[in-house]
This record gives sequence, structure tokens and C-alpha cells, in this order.
Amino acid sequence: MNSFRSYFENPRNIPRVFWVLFGLAVLLTILRPVLPAGLVRIPEALLAPWRDWIDVAFNFIRGDMESGRFGLIYITRALTGVLEFVLNAVANVLYGKRRWPNIEQIPWSVLGIGITVMAYYLGGWRLALLSAITFLWTALVGQWKLAMETMNVILVAAPMGFIIGGLLGIWSWKSKRVEETIKPLLLVMQVLPFFSYLLPAVIFFKVGPTAATVATIAYSLPPMILMTTIGLKKVSPEVVEAGKMAGCTRWQMLRYVYLPSARTEILVGLNQVIMLCLAMVVLTAAIGMPGLGAKLLAMMGSFKLGRSFEIGVTIVLLAVTLDRMSKAWVTKQPEHFEKGTPWWKRHFYFLLAVGAMLVTYALAQLFGSMKPVELTLWPISEFNLPQYMAGVVDEVHRNESLSQSKPIDKAMRSFLSWDGVTAVTTSIRYFVNVYILVPTEKALLYIPTSAFILGVTAICYRLGGYIPGLLAFIFFCIVAQFGYWDRAMLTLHSVFTATAIAFIIGSPMAIIAARKEKWANRMIVVCDTLQTFPSYVYLLPAVMLFGISPVTVIISILIYTMVPVIRYTIEGLRGVPPELTEAADMSGATRWQKLFKVQLPLAMPTIAVGLNQALVFAFFMVIIAEFIGTRDLGQEMRKTLAGTHLGWNFVLGFSVVFMALTFDTAINAWAEKRRKLLGLS
Amino acid sequence: MSDNAPVISAKNVWKLFGAEPEKYLANMPEGHGFDDIRADGYIAGVKDVSIDVNRGEMLVIMGLSGSGKSTLVRCFSRLHEITGGTIEIDGQDIMALSDKDLIDLRRSKMGMVFQSFGLLPHRTVLENVAFPLEMRGQDGHSRRERALEVIKLVGLEGREEYFPRELSGGQQQRVGIARSLAIEPDIWFLDEPFSALDPLIRREMQDEFLRLQDMLGKTIVFITHDFDEALRLADRIAIMKDGAVEQCDTPDQIVLNPATEYVRKFTEEIDKARVVTAGALADASITAKGATVPAQATIKELAASLVADKRAEIPVAAVDGTVVGGMKRQAALAVLLGDAA
Ligand SMILES: Nc1ncnc2c1ncn2[C@@H]1O[C@H](COP(=O)(O)OP(=O)(O)OP(=O)(O)O)[C@@H](O)[C@H]1O
Ligand SMILES: [Mg+2]
Repeated sequence: MNSFRSYFENPRNIPRVFWVLFGLAVLLTILRPVLPAGLVRIPEALLAPWRDWIDVAFNFIRGDMESGRFGLIYITRALTGVLEFVLNAVANVLYGKRRWPNIEQIPWSVLGIGITVMAYYLGGWRLALLSAITFLWTALVGQWKLAMETMNVILVAAPMGFIIGGLLGIWSWKSKRVEETIKPLLLVMQVLPFFSYLLPAVIFFKVGPTAATVATIAYSLPPMILMTTIGLKKVSPEVVEAGKMAGCTRWQMLRYVYLPSARTEILVGLNQVIMLCLAMVVLTAAIGMPGLGAKLLAMMGSFKLGRSFEIGVTIVLLAVTLDRMSKAWVTKQPEHFEKGTPWWKRHFYFLLAVGAMLVTYALAQLFGSMKPVELTLWPISEFNLPQYMAGVVDEVHRNESLSQSKPIDKAMRSFLSWDGVTAVTTSIRYFVNVYILVPTEKALLYIPTSAFILGVTAICYRLGGYIPGLLAFIFFCIVAQFGYWDRAMLTLHSVFTATAIAFIIGSPMAIIAARKEKWANRMIVVCDTLQTFPSYVYLLPAVMLFGISPVTVIISILIYTMVPVIRYTIEGLRGVPPELTEAADMSGATRWQKLFKVQLPLAMPTIAVGLNQALVFAFFMVIIAEFIGTRDLGQEMRKTLAGTHLGWNFVLGFSVVFMALTFDTAINAWAEKRRKLLGLS
Repeated sequence: MSDNAPVISAKNVWKLFGAEPEKYLANMPEGHGFDDIRADGYIAGVKDVSIDVNRGEMLVIMGLSGSGKSTLVRCFSRLHEITGGTIEIDGQDIMALSDKDLIDLRRSKMGMVFQSFGLLPHRTVLENVAFPLEMRGQDGHSRRERALEVIKLVGLEGREEYFPRELSGGQQQRVGIARSLAIEPDIWFLDEPFSALDPLIRREMQDEFLRLQDMLGKTIVFITHDFDEALRLADRIAIMKDGAVEQCDTPDQIVLNPATEYVRKFTEEIDKARVVTAGALADASITAKGATVPAQATIKELAASLVADKRAEIPVAAVDGTVVGGMKRQAALAVLLGDAA
């Protein structure tokens, strides 16, 4: 066994083995017309009933309330009650849902001003401005309730994700065994399609906000766990020793030494939790969770461009505000107060926030009761701003919103139906469809399963070595066994074509940007901002331009994956040690020679990491694109949500997981090897 | 426990770094040197060290970077679990202490100043200094009082509310010193405590230190790279190389009778006249007459009278006036001119 493995690990044999495997794959493909059917696709009869097996196991664990067989569901249903209570209480405060504590909703202006003061404290006037714009926009275009329905879940899910993730992070830092167990689980969780979070959540926690919250929490856990563990590991040993010498007990050590010293990483984890919560909560529209996500889905479905656009803007503004504010908190270092600073000065911002909120609240009470105020909002010449603001300071009623969805809609439609635009979009659509999508899809579906498995194994082996090759083989055999091969191929097809086009368009942009420090920095900022957008909103521009078509799917994945492609290419190029580029200059290399002979090869490991991220993103987006209508795994997964067949759902979900992990492992192994070889790590 | 029993007593202490140090040490062949151990993939941080520190004594540890000074001190405070040997503090084997007893010991008896300060970044100066008091559950008011007291002692008044990153290296170091003093430890470990201070404050701190030592009679283990500092402070100096203590003796003995070639080389550069006292050169068998010189005076201090005094043998008197012996003028001059030993 060992000599078997060492044969494959010997660098001298790698090319030979690769060509044998790859050649075999090509041969099988050529011979397809004469191949026995079993090699082309695994016959139904040979497929193991994975779905049923998983269902049996799952039903056993779940238990059954009707027949009274005890199981997990008893516990989760009890928790559902608690969770529902908490959600309702928060909902009562946020948008006046009639539940305990039965106080009125907080006026949008009160919440807005409080958070804006907080933003000012954390990040100065720029952040305050951003926060103010977000609140004004959301309320005045009449999306306050939608936004609060979404925030309701985030406000409950994010703290819980933070706490649970933090605790798991501490546990995996304490125990090597836990860490080893959690690591592969986290890998799987990061590529598990969100539908596979949703169905178990629905089964165990009832449809609606409760299930949405649970799925959102689960989805946000991985980075929190990782960041907590990393942070705790990084605490300087002398600080730890100082704690020990002070006579800390173990609990004191954790509470007073480790956790505060790991503050930065833990808060970065919190930032990730919040962003993932937002990304997920809009997706929970798929299980009937009301809010921004559901509305956007509905509006996009009926092609109401104006409304879709406005909701998209709200989601983006919320995302950017949440991201910037939590990041500002990370970098906010405590400042000391001079001795003898009075109490009110030490708590100035807190008092300011409270004061401003009280004043706004009083105004809201005062003017809110004077409703209805007759207002003519448009055209702007008759617009009376103070009067209007007074009228809506408490609540923006339907007829008072400044929403311009109709005009926007009209403008967009006329823009889109403008001949120049239609000419461009139709020709892109035609070109992409006819010359790229259709032929590649046909080719991919033509390849026999056996040949495909061999080919992927060969490539992963070539890239990463023995282990990635072996994993590729096992993983794709499992995917084949799961019995959704054609759908899996369609998913892969979208992922690959979109990522490839993203590279073709993105890398030149990145290469040009990387030539000047200033452009590069700007580009990175743009990428960072784009990355905070919930992936869902990327559907919007694609749908607007290309309607509902296969090209739209590719375009939305493409836009989304372009971000890591550009980002990592720039970082890779910037990371090339300056001595080397200077050396190239000195030896008289032209700009192109320098780029291709020195910079790109050295940047390759980083670019590969970008490719890897792009693929992970693509696997995520391709499932979301199901909302537009696809024929792949995502579409099938959507159907599973209607029932309780977890087996069905998981077989589909894990088909995606195994495919994604195959490429993840191989590319990472390659990048790692390459980095060592170049002496970069 | 009698008063002259050693406070710290280390016997054949080993500290090896590596995969399975205990197992390795048990099977290690006799006479394996530092390099042999390293060739086997282990690092001997502390190698077979036996040393006693007496009550109220100030032991200074010196040696090149990486010679194991910090490691030895960490063994004394059980920040490292030792690989072999025993360490007793006040007659109690510290390796046998339970977690709780160890915590109690550290809370009540030990203070330590760290080479790179080890301040808690999220706490102000005041909170850092009060930290050990807080950990042992002292109430807020008395904790603050005590912390302010030691902060004043190290000259950081007015900086109580600063955070460590707002302080210079020297100020941070003083916070570390103040923190270690807060609980009034009996045993005080100091790992290059003055390394980041400027010469002026350094001198001040040394004086403060000697005063404290006189007043409180603490037992101190002190690491430094600075020979002048060692000479000013030390009752005894231990010189380490590759984890082992080459010699542990009073300063003048180290200078006059280096135990090994390494110690001789190490002390070569020092001006011996500043270390060696008349008492160290006095020979009880010599009975000289006339005016005496004080035994505790260094040869350097006696330089002027030595040049003028033409007697071949000069009587040396202890502090109380009794003559302890005679000193050969020739020997004293040799020390003064730097070609003794
Ligand atoms: N935790 C550890 N793991 C492995 N090796 C260590 C560890 N701590 C110390 N060592 C090694 O033990 C040796 C002694 O280190 P130590 O820190 O005691 O030196 P030092 O005499 O204090 O040096 P310096 O004057 O630079 O502070 C060094 O070779 C060091 O690399
Ligand atoms: Mg040291």
C-alpha cells in the first residue's frame, strides 16, 4: 500500500500517470458510440438508494410527534417556541407586530438617529452620513417594514451566531480533537448550498422566521469559529504568562486575558457573522420568510424593474452600512480620558444618542398624532420639506413614500428597449448562447461518466498530487452514485463557463489596475465593497439586461465571481517582490516580457487562490440563479423544500459539496506547492 | 522553616524543548552535551542546574542571548514544567503543587517582570497594575489605592488612564514593574527589567530598587545583560552558557577566580578594580601595621591612597574596626592596572 502510494507521489511518475489517465478519458469519450451503456451513465439499477437511506437515518434521529416517538424534533420544537417568542418581541419593537411586550414600534427616525450617532462615534462623519442616507432612503421610499422584517431575523440571528460560533471557537482552541473534527465540517459548511440549510431548518423549526433564523445562524457560524480560534491562538505568550503570574484561574484567564487580547479577530468574526446573516436572510425568501428578499424576488419575478431596483438599493445600503460600522468597531481602539474628566464627558456619545433619540421621539409623538397631513409630494416645486419631514417623522405611510418606482420603471424600460441597447443585449445573448453555452453544454453532457471521472482525477492529480487526485476520484464517484449526473454536469457547466469568462474579462482589468498603485487601491476598495453585497442582488442587473434566460444565469454568476478574480490578481501582482521586477527591468525586459516571464508566474499561487474563491462563489451563485430558472441541481433542490425529504435534498446538496471540495482541494494543494517552490510562503 | 533555609532551592533542574522531552531525558546517555542534545532534535533550555537562593538575597543571572536565563526563571515560577530535577520554594516542591495551590502561591508570594512586558493591551495602566489584585478578589477601592501607590513609585503618575500602546517602551516596562510589585511579593523575578529605560531613569530605578531591597528584604532573581548593573545590585552572580550555570558566586570571586575559561572570557572586559574590594585581597596570615583601609572599599576607590602609600603590606579593617588581615600592595596595584588574575 505504501509503495503504491509512493509510486504516485514520486514527481517523476506524475506526468506519466496523468497522461495515461487523461488519455483513457479521451479514448472513452471518442469511443462513446460503441461503449457499453454502463460506462456512459451509471444504470439506474446500479444506483444505491441513497435518498432512502438518508431519510431512514434522518427520520430515526428526528423522531415523530404524531406517533409520539421521541427524537430531536421534540427538543427543536421546544426551542422553536422560545425562538418565536424572542423574534416576536423584537418584531414588536421594530415594526409593531402585535405581540408581547405590545409597545408601539420605534419610529424609524428614532432608530435612525440613534444609530447615526453611533456611526459618528465609530467612524466619523462619513460613516454617519452613510448611516443617515441608509435610514432616510429605506424609510422614505416606503420600505421600512420590509427592512425591519429582515433586520428582525438579523438582530436575533447575529448575536446567537456570534455567541455559538465564539463558544465553538473556544472549544476547538482548547481541544485539538475538536479542532480536527470541526475543520472538515467547516469546509463542507462553506460550500453546502443554502437550500440544504433551509430544509432541515424548516423541518425542525417550522416555516417562517424561526426556520429562517436557524438557517441563518448555521450559515454564519464557520468564519466566527475560525476567527475565534485564530485570535485565541495568536495571544502573545508573555501576556498569557503575565496572567498566570497574576494568579488567574482558568476562567479568569479566558475572561480577562485571552478573550480581550483576541478582540480584533473576534470582532472580525462578528463582522463576518453579520454579513453572512444578511446574505442568508434575503435567501430565506425561498421558505416564505417575508422581508426585503421575498419582495425583491416577487418584484423581479413580475419584472417590475423600478421596485426591484429600489429594493436592491436598500439591500446594498444596509449591507454597506452594517459592514462599515462593524469594521469601524474592529479598528476603533480605546482612547484614554484625562484624569478628572467628568462623567458626562466620558459617556458623551452615549448621552448624545439617547438625547437625540428622546427628542426625535417627542417630535414623532407630537407630529405623528396630527396626521393625516395633506401633502402634495410631487413635483418638487410644491414640495415643502420641513412640513413633509414633520408629517413622516413617526411613520411613512404608503401614500407618503417618495418611491419613484413607476418613473424608474419607465425610464429603465425605455432604456432597455432603446434600439442601441437591445441590439447589444440581444447580440450578446445570442452570441453567448449559441457560440458558448450550447456547444459547451452539449460537449459536457456528451462525455461518458466514466471518462469524466477519469479526466477530473487526472487533472486534480496533476495539479495537487496523490491526495487531491484520490479525493477527486472518490468524490466524483459519489456524485455519480447519487444519480443526478446530468444535473450535476449542468451545474458544473454554468460554474465553469462563468468563471472562465470572469477570468477572460477580469484578469486584463486587474493587470491594468495593478500597474498603478492608486488604481490598484481603488479597485480593491471597489471589490471589497462589492463583496459585502448579498449575492442575491447580483441577479438584479443580469435580469434587467437579459431578462429571464440561460445567459442571465451565466451573467449573474460572472459578475459575482469577477470580484475575487480581480482582487486576487491585483494582490498577486502587487505581492511580487520589487527586487525581481527591477531585476527584469535591468535585464532589458519589455513590459510584456516582464509581465509574462516574471510577474504572472510569481503571482500565480495567489491568482489560484482567487480562482478557488471564484469557483466557491460560483457554486453558491449557481444555486441562487435557480430563482431565474435553471435545469440543474439548484432547480431540483428548490423542489425538495416543499416536502420533508431530507434525503433527496442532501443527495443534491452534497453533489454540489463534493464537486466544490474536489476543486478546492486540488487548487489549494497546487497553490501551496507552487508557493513553496517559488519560496514565497 | 528556619530563617536561613534557602527560599528557592533548585536541584539538577533540566528543561528540554522538543517532542518527548521526559522520555528523551530518561534515556539520555551520561555526559551528553548541549550540541549532542541539539543533534537529537531537542533544545536544552536549562541543563542540570543546581542553585540555591537565600532569603533577602539578590541573585543576578547573566549570559549571552539564548543561554537559558529566561527559561530558568520560568522554571522557578513554574511557567515551564521542568523536565527533570526538583525546585523547592520555601521548602515546598512546586512541581507537586495542585493548580489551586500554585495559584495561591503566585497570588501571594511571587511577582514577575517580563522581558517584553506582557501588558494586557485592552487595559489602562491603572487596570494593568491592579490586575493581580483584581484576580485575587481584592475590592475595587483598596485595589485602586494600592495601584496608584506603586504607579507613583515607578514614576508614572498622571499616566494612569493611558493604554499600553500610548506609552513608550520604557514607560511600558515600568508598568510591568509596578504590576509585579502590586501584590508585595516575597520573591521577585525580574527578566531584564531595565533594558528599555534610558540611563538616567535606569540609575534611579536601580537606586529605588536597592532601597526597596534594604527596606523589604525581598528575595530577588534578576536577569541582566549589563555588567555594571549586576555589580551594583548583585549579592551573587550566576553566569549561564548553553543552559548550564558555569559559575555562581560573589562578584569579586567571579572576577578574581573564574571557574572556567568561559567565565574568564566573559568577565575579561570589566574593570576589575571596580569590583574587587580590599577585603577580598586581604590575607589573614599577614599582619601589617599602621593606618587601615576599609574592607568593603573597592580597589578603585583606594587608588589614590594605594599609589601614595608605599608600604608593601597594608592592614584591612572590617566595618566594626577589627583588622581582618593584610593586603599586598603589589597585588592591589596589579588589580588596579588590570593585569591581575
Ligand atoms: N517555548 C520554547 N520552545 C522551544 N525552545 C525554546 C522555548 N523557549 C526558549 N527556547 C529556547 O531555549 C533557549 C534559551 O532561551 P531563553 O529565552 O531562556 O534565552 P535567554 O537567555 O533569556 O536569552 P535573551 O537574553 O535573548 O533573553 C533558546 O535557544 C530558545 O530558543
Ligand atoms: Mg530572555
